[in-house]
Amino acid sequence: MSLWLIPIFPLLGFLVNGLFGRRFSKGLVNLFAIGSVALSFLWVVKTLLALGPMETKYVEHYYTWIQSGVLNIGVDFAVDRLTAVMLMVVTGVGLLIHIYAIGYMHDDDGYYRFFSYLNLFMFFMLVLVLAQNFLLLFVGWEGVGLCSYLLIGFYFLEGFATTAGNKAFIVNRIGDFGFSLAIFLIFRQFGSLDFTKVFDAAKGMPVEASAGILTTITLLLLVGATGKSAQIPLYVWLPDAMAGPTPVSALIHAATMVTAGVYMTARSAALFTKAPISMDTVAVIGLATAFFAATIGLAQTDIKKVFAYSTVSQLGYMFLGVGVGAFSAGIFHLMTHAFFKALLFLGAGAVIHGLHGEQDLQQMGGLFKHMRITAITLLCASAAISGVPFLSGFFSKDAILVAAYARAPWMYWIGVLTAGMTAFYVFRAWFLAFTGEYRGHAHPHESPLVMTGPLMILAVLSLFGGFINVPHWLEPMFAEKPENQLLALLSAGVGVAGILISYVFYVAKPGLPDSFANSVKGLYTLVYNKYFIDEVYDATVVQPLVKGSRAILWRGADAGLIDGAVNGIGTWSRDIGGVLRRLQSGNIRSYAAWVVLGSVVLLLAIGFAGGLK
Amino acid sequence: MPNSVPISWYLILSAILFGLGAAGFIFRRNIITVFMSIELMLNVMNVRFTAFSYSFKQVDGHIFSFFVMVVAAAEAAVGLAIILTVFKNRATLMVDEISSMKY
Repeated sequence: MSLWLIPIFPLLGFLVNGLFGRRFSKGLVNLFAIGSVALSFLWVVKTLLALGPMETKYVEHYYTWIQSGVLNIGVDFAVDRLTAVMLMVVTGVGLLIHIYAIGYMHDDDGYYRFFSYLNLFMFFMLVLVLAQNFLLLFVGWEGVGLCSYLLIGFYFLEGFATTAGNKAFIVNRIGDFGFSLAIFLIFRQFGSLDFTKVFDAAKGMPVEASAGILTTITLLLLVGATGKSAQIPLYVWLPDAMAGPTPVSALIHAATMVTAGVYMTARSAALFTKAPISMDTVAVIGLATAFFAATIGLAQTDIKKVFAYSTVSQLGYMFLGVGVGAFSAGIFHLMTHAFFKALLFLGAGAVIHGLHGEQDLQQMGGLFKHMRITAITLLCASAAISGVPFLSGFFSKDAILVAAYARAPWMYWIGVLTAGMTAFYVFRAWFLAFTGEYRGHAHPHESPLVMTGPLMILAVLSLFGGFINVPHWLEPMFAEKPENQLLALLSAGVGVAGILISYVFYVAKPGLPDSFANSVKGLYTLVYNKYFIDEVYDATVVQPLVKGSRAILWRGADAGLIDGAVNGIGTWSRDIGGVLRRLQSGNIRSYAAWVVLGSVVLLLAIGFAGGLK
Repeated sequence: MPNSVPISWYLILSAILFGLGAAGFIFRRNIITVFMSIELMLNVMNVRFTAFSYSFKQVDGHIFSFFVMVVAAAEAAVGLAIILTVFKNRATLMVDEISSMKY
């Protein structure tokens, strides 16, 4: 079936554009960049059609990568139903975003560079999804991290972009450290990294033998997932990652890469289901992140920041889903989220593009008459994420919430509250941008078809994507979850209530938000400043680390110990040399005198030694 | 060999002569005197070689002393040539004054 063709197309696109793109015209760059992803998408479609229902996993072995003792790691790609969903999301949404980027990046320097990075990202993401063992997955995992870093820092002349890129990279290192430890432990426990072997072995383990080791492994996997998927406590990099171009925010930091943690957790479901403590930890972290990020989203004024915190929050939902055992619901939400969140970001990008780079919601307003397509498509996405009945977000979010209710009712109630806040802040952004009077100074204009086209396709997917019955499709892999119409409608009702409150606040009575903010001033300041988490991290982790490194590692170890030893030996030799130099007078007769003296001393020494015998 | 001269006498003689040679090398400044002192030390060694060779009834020492003589003759030829050249160029034979190759 040649699965390797799927990732190889974007890789070729990356190589061609990366090596020769500088000399290409924009049309040629587009041809390679978009064409490679389109081919990849078509090959995915063809493969999935040919594979049919995929009752069992389809594996292709290419070659043995590492063979050392019992360690045997092959480059193996595999497709099962979970991978099929991911492949469609990654290549489908990826293709739309690539097309959109033609319009968005049109006037940008480094056009070819942008597309070659984007193609490289597609390659690594597809490797991640297709991998059949943990190490190959880790290759993709690190690769997408690299591309994320490159693309966040795409505007590398801006200081904040490079800082944000570094932040994303470094925070992800913490997570990846946990992930790699988990891989080591898996190898130690199971003697293999192959998914099928590991999961079969894990399923066969008796409970008393598996509890400790599997809990450790899954908690370490979770550390990796919290880094990549921006969960508490490692979520801080994602909002800053918005420094990258908006298509990047849509593709990498909303639709695909950040969901890798959810995918990895669902992929390792066999391990997680054997470790109830880890499952609860995943659920609690997910729920806490969903709630916490949603509250921050309430008060942000940068349109991309609103959606960034929304992404963190929605990823929290997905973790809640997989944490309560509703893996299929988590993946379902992953897919619908990819549709509507990509649309939200691309729509925000269209607004920013139409306003010549303005991102502040307070500088927008009344844009509806200027950019109708963007406004309407964004409205679709906002309604979908709010869980308006029968739109995509309704089905997936409520599948998660119903599963959470079955696990513990309090999780459901917090989730519902979060859903209300989600609806509120998303519509707040929409109302602030598109209704009322225009408050900015630029001349807003609608974006070209190459940008609005993908918006419209994604809008259709956001509206009707919920009818793609992903949980049913994934049923053979993960057990089916309970259904509860009443709970679903209740949470949808809360979502609608959130929209209405937002309408009252920002359309019906525009003075209300300010007076409300003043009445809870302390709380508002706290939320507006994102709970000062960045400052807290800076004071408790970053500064001690930097200062400690300066004082101990730099001044102490490097300058003190290493330089001191090297310089000390140098100085010491020079001082001794300074004394010995006096002997080298160049006067032959004094040398001879020394030789005689030495001989006499030697003779005396021999004489004494011999005499003592 | 009950009537032969004891070997220690030879050693004492050679030690005295070697001391004179070394002292001459160190304290004299005339390059020809220095050269003669070196020759003296070389020949003292020949005395020792011969004495030990005779004492141990082995021929090696004799042969070795011939080698030393040959080397000393060659060295004397080269050395005297150098001294002549130095004198031609510098018009002096004082070793301390020939110091242009010092650092």
